Amino acid sequence: MITKRIIPCLDVKNGRVVKGVNFMGLGDVASPVELAKYYSAHGADELVFYDITASAEGRALFTDILTETARQVFIPLTVGGAINTTDDFDRVLKCGADKVSVNSGAIRNPSLVKEAARLYGDQCVVLSVDVKRVDGVFRVFAKGGRENTGMEAIEWIKRCVSDGAGEIVVNSIDTDGVKAGFDLEMLDAVCRAVSVPVIASGGAGRIEDFITLFRTLPGVDAGLAASIFHFGEVDIRDLKRAMAEAGIPARI
Amino acid sequence: MRIGIVDYGVGNLFSLCSSFALIGAEAEIVRDAEGVRRADRIILPGVGAFGDAAEKLRATGLDRVLTEEARAGKPLLGICLGMQLLFEKSLEYGEHPGLGLLPGIVAPIRDVIPADYKIPHIGWNALHLTRPDCPLWKNIREGDYVYFVHSYHATLCGSSAAAVTEYGGTLTAAAWKDNIYGCQFHPEKSGEVGMNILRAFCEEGGAR
Repeated sequence: MITKRIIPCLDVKNGRVVKGVNFMGLGDVASPVELAKYYSAHGADELVFYDITASAEGRALFTDILTETARQVFIPLTVGGAINTTDDFDRVLKCGADKVSVNSGAIRNPSLVKEAARLYGDQCVVLSVDVKRVDGVFRVFAKGGRENTGMEAIEWIKRCVSDGAGEIVVNSIDTDGVKAGFDLEMLDAVCRAVSVPVIASGGAGRIEDFITLFRTLPGVDAGLAASIFHFGEVDIRDLKRAMAEAGIPARI
Repeated sequence: MRIGIVDYGVGNLFSLCSSFALIGAEAEIVRDAEGVRRADRIILPGVGAFGDAAEKLRATGLDRVLTEEARAGKPLLGICLGMQLLFEKSLEYGEHPGLGLLPGIVAPIRDVIPADYKIPHIGWNALHLTRPDCPLWKNIREGDYVYFVHSYHATLCGSSAAAVTEYGGTLTAAAWKDNIYGCQFHPEKSGEVGMNILRAFCEEGGAR
């Protein structure tokens, strides 16, 4: 039986992991390569690297650490951040990425998903979408969640899937950082609208939040989180064991 | 011992090269008949559509040399689309002939799985070893997880089905006949389990 995937996400700036990472026993780890190796050895099913660098210099550092990580980590690796053209897809795929996540780039360039899917296959194109309720309607936000595009989220996601997006990461701005659980209502709406894998992001604070997610919404394929893993609040091995005990298929 | 990873313009070879580096095997990318002949073992990778890939193999003449070398007993491992190319034919967007090194037909997984299951079959799934004697499983246990991304799989492969996986129905996960091997999943993305499979191919490989 296919397992539910647990995916840690690393924000990388100028080649270092942002926010510092403080594992019990590991001390402060800022090297994305070391952190990726740690997660890979401790049960992560996949990794996401987000490049949040603004400069060309930082971009070069990012591709260097991506290459280094891909040389040493043998689980699927998704790369996002600053993906605006198919040349950007090419750049990160050549460094060893398996999938490429697009967000604002797809909003700015409406043909990007279609072009990338044609060149690299649907399985390579991940649509990441930041969604927030505005007057009771799910709206797509751009620029890291700062700008309301006015687009209705479910329509946007359906359109991108028909253009070839092979997976959807749904980041709920409403639950992000609150650590009170995933946005089940929003995720349910997305699961009902599309038939590609849906990855839940935003709101996980403890192991039970993942259990509730997968129990309530069997259509969700994966849970993504950052700080709760980085700060050791949730150990992925403990999470996997708890999932298995709750009858949720997990790779242990 | 030298591994030749066939580059025919289909897919990303980075992870495969890194994997062989990790397990200490000498691997090189080969692009022509001479390269394929020089290698002691051959990896045929691939992602994308069957028809395009088969056409690229034909256009470069690699189809002939791969068939010759495989029939002469050189160990060959096809991965993902590279596995599918080893069969007699595929029904992906029409009907396309494969290399015919393994018996069977590549067909949509939709034929055997319920309508509410998502396609592609993507993620980590368990291997059920239908041929525990297959040399690739030397260090693999029943139920070990590997990473899949595919919408088609081999059918009618008879006793050459070496492992299956369950996704609402039974999918062919690996095939084996003499010196010819195929993995529908990606060993190079399947962590330690995947590395053990690649190691076994380097060590055993059905060489004779």
